[in-house]
Amino acid sequence: MKRTVPLLIAAITGWVMVLAYFVPAAQSWGDTATSWFNILAAAALVLGGGNLLKVHLAALSRRDAGWGYSAITLAAFLVTVGVGLAKFGVHPQERYPEHVWAGGYLDEGSGLWWLYEYVIYPITTTMFCMLAFFVASAAFRAFRAKNRLALVLLVTAVMVLLGRTYAGVWLTSPLPEGYRLNSAIDFIMDTFNTAGTRAVKIGIALGIITASLKILLGMDRSYVGGED
Amino acid sequence: MNALRPIRPLLLTIAAFAILVLSAGSLPAEEPAAPVAEAKSEWVDQSRIGYGALLALITGAVLWNIGLARRGRPIRLRPIPALEAIDEAVGRATEMGKPCLFVPGVQDINEMMTVAGVIVLGRVARTAADYDCQLLVPTARSLVMTACRETVEAACLSAGRPEAYRADDITYLADEQFAYVAGVTSQMNDVRPAACFYFGQFYAESLFLAEAGNAIGCLQIAGTAETTQLPFFVAACDYTLIGEEFFAASAYLSREPDQLGAVRGQDLGKLLAMSLIVAGSLLATASQLSPGSSPGTAAKSMLDWCQTVLLGGST
Repeated sequence: MKRTVPLLIAAITGWVMVLAYFVPAAQSWGDTATSWFNILAAAALVLGGGNLLKVHLAALSRRDAGWGYSAITLAAFLVTVGVGLAKFGVHPQERYPEHVWAGGYLDEGSGLWWLYEYVIYPITTTMFCMLAFFVASAAFRAFRAKNRLALVLLVTAVMVLLGRTYAGVWLTSPLPEGYRLNSAIDFIMDTFNTAGTRAVKIGIALGIITASLKILLGMDRSYVGGED
Repeated sequence: MNALRPIRPLLLTIAAFAILVLSAGSLPAEEPAAPVAEAKSEWVDQSRIGYGALLALITGAVLWNIGLARRGRPIRLRPIPALEAIDEAVGRATEMGKPCLFVPGVQDINEMMTVAGVIVLGRVARTAADYDCQLLVPTARSLVMTACRETVEAACLSAGRPEAYRADDITYLADEQFAYVAGVTSQMNDVRPAACFYFGQFYAESLFLAEAGNAIGCLQIAGTAETTQLPFFVAACDYTLIGEEFFAASAYLSREPDQLGAVRGQDLGKLLAMSLIVAGSLLATASQLSPGSSPGTAAKSMLDWCQTVLLGGST
């Protein structure tokens, strides 16, 4: 029963989504199924939040290595949840000026908006910027000309990198239009890169169809912990 | 004629008015009321019939091959080094006395790639349970955490080692992409796993995770269908499952007839796609080589038909 009910729900919802794609009258069923999933995911957030509290409270009480980070995580989590739920700093809507909580919780000036704008956004941007260094270190390792194919990859990569910058355009500017580096890059990207990507994408689409079919027919049950 | 030029607009207006009056006179005195157009909903979206036909063909091929596989027809899969390496990676971690780390992507369980990742997790968890190796699974979604727990518990049970299941090893970190990345990389640096598995849907975090794993010297195996992230995994991981290999992983690891039959059906679908590409290329070439001639026009109309009916108007 523990496995059958989730499998049935997954199969029925899956078939409803397939039907909704092809039958216009059933399109609203698909929307309803999506809404149900969103409600379920929102409710399940309590499970995640509970797990987060459990893990970090345990680390804090055991004084594990790095327990200070657990304390910061807990404080950040509780403050964010508190500010969001209490709609701290939310301005009332013009239509309902007497109701203080009438405004949206993410409206400009609200507490959660402030947290997002001045805490989460800068931290996320900082993290994202670090990606440049990771790209450089990964590229350094990947582009070693160990054999002929690696050499082809290296030359192509250097051409594309150079062609995407002003230096590449400037260096080849004396050449006729079709022979410049940026034209070569366009050719590489439009012909070889697009062909390769499409081949992978077709394979992925077929893989998704097959995997979905196995799930819809209940042939693959391992995702709910069942036997295959 | 030149004398009439100044009054030409006036003459043209009079002529137009005369034509209008004469034509109005030729109309019946009372026109029957035009029938009111009734909006009628189609049973099936006509623009998607082509997709439906292709889907039915591929589904039929998959089901037919599953049937063949069930009746005992041998099906061979080409060796996939990344999947062969899973046992090696878990074994290495066991020998080193270190845990394995499995990342099921950053999307929710309604994404097919996440489901495929969770299916692979079942296989990895079973091997880890066999070898008595700790498996850590940090997740970015609550529902994924729940699904992973169920999967790992079932894998431990099927390995005959229910005590190997530790719910606390499967944790929820954060929904926010980079908060999750920070949590996972921090866990990597703390516990220093000997093997890291990345199976699911990834975005910019792919390189963060793979580079963090590389920095601590663990064996890394990745699989995703996100084409933009594949180069990063290829560059930074020891083994990578590319595209459809990711979805064939379940069949490869289990070797069950249903799964193998599905992979063969998928390959027939690929054959169909290849045939359509070749036919489309030939038609396009023929229509360009002799645009005015009847074969060229026929090729062009067939190509248009393929694009509108089979592909729903997309090019």
